[in-house]
Amino acid sequence: MIMSLRQIWFLSMVVIFISSCNNVADKKENYHADDIINMKAAGEIEAELTDAPNVPKPLEYTSPKKVKIHLEVIERIGKMADGVDYTYWTFGGQVPGKFIRIKAGDEVEFHLSNHPDNKMPHNIDLHAVTGPGGGAAASLTAPGHTSVFSFKALNVGLFIYHCATAPVGMHIANGMYGLILVEPPQGLPKVDKEFYVVQGDFYTQGKFGEQGLQHFDMDKALREEPDYVVFNGSVGANAGDNAMQVKVGETVRLFVGNGGPNLTSAFHVIGEIFDKVHVEGGDLLNYNVQTTNIPPGGSSIVEFKCEAPGTLNIVDHAIFRTFNKGALAQIKVIGEENKLVYSGKQRDDVYLPEGSAIQKIPEGEAQPAITERPLAERLSLGKTQYESNCAACHMKDGVGVPGAFPPLVNSDFLKNRVDKGAGIILHGLSGPITVNGKEFNGVMPALQLSDDEVANILTYVRNNFSKIDGIVSAADVAKTRNAGH
Amino acid sequence: MIQTKVLLFTYLLHSLVSFGQGSVVYNTQPNTQMAKVPSGTFQSFYEKKESGNLVSVGEFYLDIYPVTNEQFLEFLKQNPKWRRSSVSKLFVDTNYLKHWKGDLEIGTTQNPNAPVVNVSWFAANAYCRWKGKRLPTTSEWEYAAIQDIKSKEKNDTTKVIDVILSWYSKPSMKVIPNVGTTFHNMFGISDLHGLVWEWTSDFNSYVAGGDSRSSDEIERNLFCASGSFGTVNKEDYAAYMRYGFRGSLQGKYCLQNLGFRGAMDIK
Repeated sequence: MIMSLRQIWFLSMVVIFISSCNNVADKKENYHADDIINMKAAGEIEAELTDAPNVPKPLEYTSPKKVKIHLEVIERIGKMADGVDYTYWTFGGQVPGKFIRIKAGDEVEFHLSNHPDNKMPHNIDLHAVTGPGGGAAASLTAPGHTSVFSFKALNVGLFIYHCATAPVGMHIANGMYGLILVEPPQGLPKVDKEFYVVQGDFYTQGKFGEQGLQHFDMDKALREEPDYVVFNGSVGANAGDNAMQVKVGETVRLFVGNGGPNLTSAFHVIGEIFDKVHVEGGDLLNYNVQTTNIPPGGSSIVEFKCEAPGTLNIVDHAIFRTFNKGALAQIKVIGEENKLVYSGKQRDDVYLPEGSAIQKIPEGEAQPAITERPLAERLSLGKTQYESNCAACHMKDGVGVPGAFPPLVNSDFLKNRVDKGAGIILHGLSGPITVNGKEFNGVMPALQLSDDEVANILTYVRNNFSKIDGIVSAADVAKTRNAGH
Repeated sequence: MIQTKVLLFTYLLHSLVSFGQGSVVYNTQPNTQMAKVPSGTFQSFYEKKESGNLVSVGEFYLDIYPVTNEQFLEFLKQNPKWRRSSVSKLFVDTNYLKHWKGDLEIGTTQNPNAPVVNVSWFAANAYCRWKGKRLPTTSEWEYAAIQDIKSKEKNDTTKVIDVILSWYSKPSMKVIPNVGTTFHNMFGISDLHGLVWEWTSDFNSYVAGGDSRSSDEIERNLFCASGSFGTVNKEDYAAYMRYGFRGSLQGKYCLQNLGFRGAMDIK
């Protein structure tokens, strides 16, 4: 039987219509605050609170409860990046603060404690609260004290909470934000994995990567020029060994927030398309989304199915934030490859726009003879060529990006290579490697550079980042190129 | 600008005087010394249009150092009703002197010469009255506290704001160091920043609303809160923090990083 395109289109629309009707959450059930306010709460529970990237278990009750929440503010020094410390102000010890999960109609008794060791008073403004200040005025708490206030959750959605004590900007800039999910009474549709991710921007007196305890920099915060833009409080908090893990075929729901204080996130997962997005964390659903905007003090719920194995990089697609300021988290998808969904690289052909023929890259073709250069010249050329070819991933100062791009600074991996690293640049490198005790599993493509250029870069990298004196000659590189590995 | 220069010159002059013969010694213990703070004005934290956003402060004496554990012990020896076991719960909360070992025992975990903390406003006030002093007003304290730091070693002044922000950005110390270990400012007064917060007599007169962003018209005139609209210098984060901190207090609160020092009128 042959169907016309029109028939197929019609049938597929019917299928979509039916499937969306079957899906409980997609069914448009409007819960107005007016209805919810009259729902009586019965029974009392203590809310389960979790640290990112974990999310409390889905709630099984379907009629409102009295929910007690105990949250403690802790000021503490924590790791911002390798060798970089920062004094975080936290809701519960981590940035972002504890994830809170309740249902519409729940009557919440909120206990906010300020640890006696803290220096500052704090409070909490929950965007899920209907009332002046979102609870802020009722919860201003001196160190060593606890404030209690109550509210009824009237609106369904994913909401940011944050500290609103003067100076508000600084309290938020130090990490005082988290998410509270108010589920509809019937709950959200079941998925296999749920995770909690919050983006934030940080302002330190030293530049990105500058070692030691870094103080908050008010001028940079006012200019909205952060040194760090990170997911879940620090560089690499959920990358590499700490990546979130799912299996091929599993459905994933990310509860994503943006604490700010300043930057709007162009939230994107490299290599995935969001099947479904709760726009701005509310009722509006959008489908097949590549990148979703999340403003400071806003949120989004994104869902997708992981069909192909590999590492999914979660980024702010304002991409310098990812490559230069730390905005990278990862989901490792483990399982069998499906070549139909994603083939991997199948061919590498030379593209000649003016010719008609497609040519294979000539492997091992003789390079034109070049003269060797003195050390100083190699170093200065190498610096420029490093910065234009390598710094995007390995960073200008060679420190790399934890969990994504290995460091070149004092790299044991590089020192141990007989070819001085030439083979990596000439032929690329992929698969798991260990550099200075840290595991990396990425792909570096082969770079189309001459022996001369490779020699410049290697000379610069070795002298500058690893204090290995001496020149790497073009002849050294040619030897590796001709050896073919 | 000219005014600032004149003011600065006045400060310098006064601080020279106070280092020479100006400071008043009440007894032989070094940390009961007071310094004379010259009269002057400073930029108000809250908008005060009628006075050009300036606050005037008359001359007064201020303790050079915060009151120490040892000094407070002396007070308790002579005033049994302020001891931990007998004090009225109306005037202190359960944290009153909780870092001490006993009623009249500081214990070995605390420096005797460190600022006393975990004392309520009522206790601080009682101590000052016993000494023939009073708590400084918020304006007096702020006026003294915003003076730049006098460095004895180097011939320059350090911006007080940098020192404050760097103190704020570290969590509290487990054991508070002795008084006199931070810095003297232009008036010769020590430890206004870097050791502990300090009580003022009218700490609650600037009602910083619990929500630090509110700035209703009425609130603005009556209370001002610490809403971002009512303040003069929106970049003075350190001041925001102090006013925010005071706004979170009640008179009976005892905090482990909150102490006090005495002041006195010049008769």
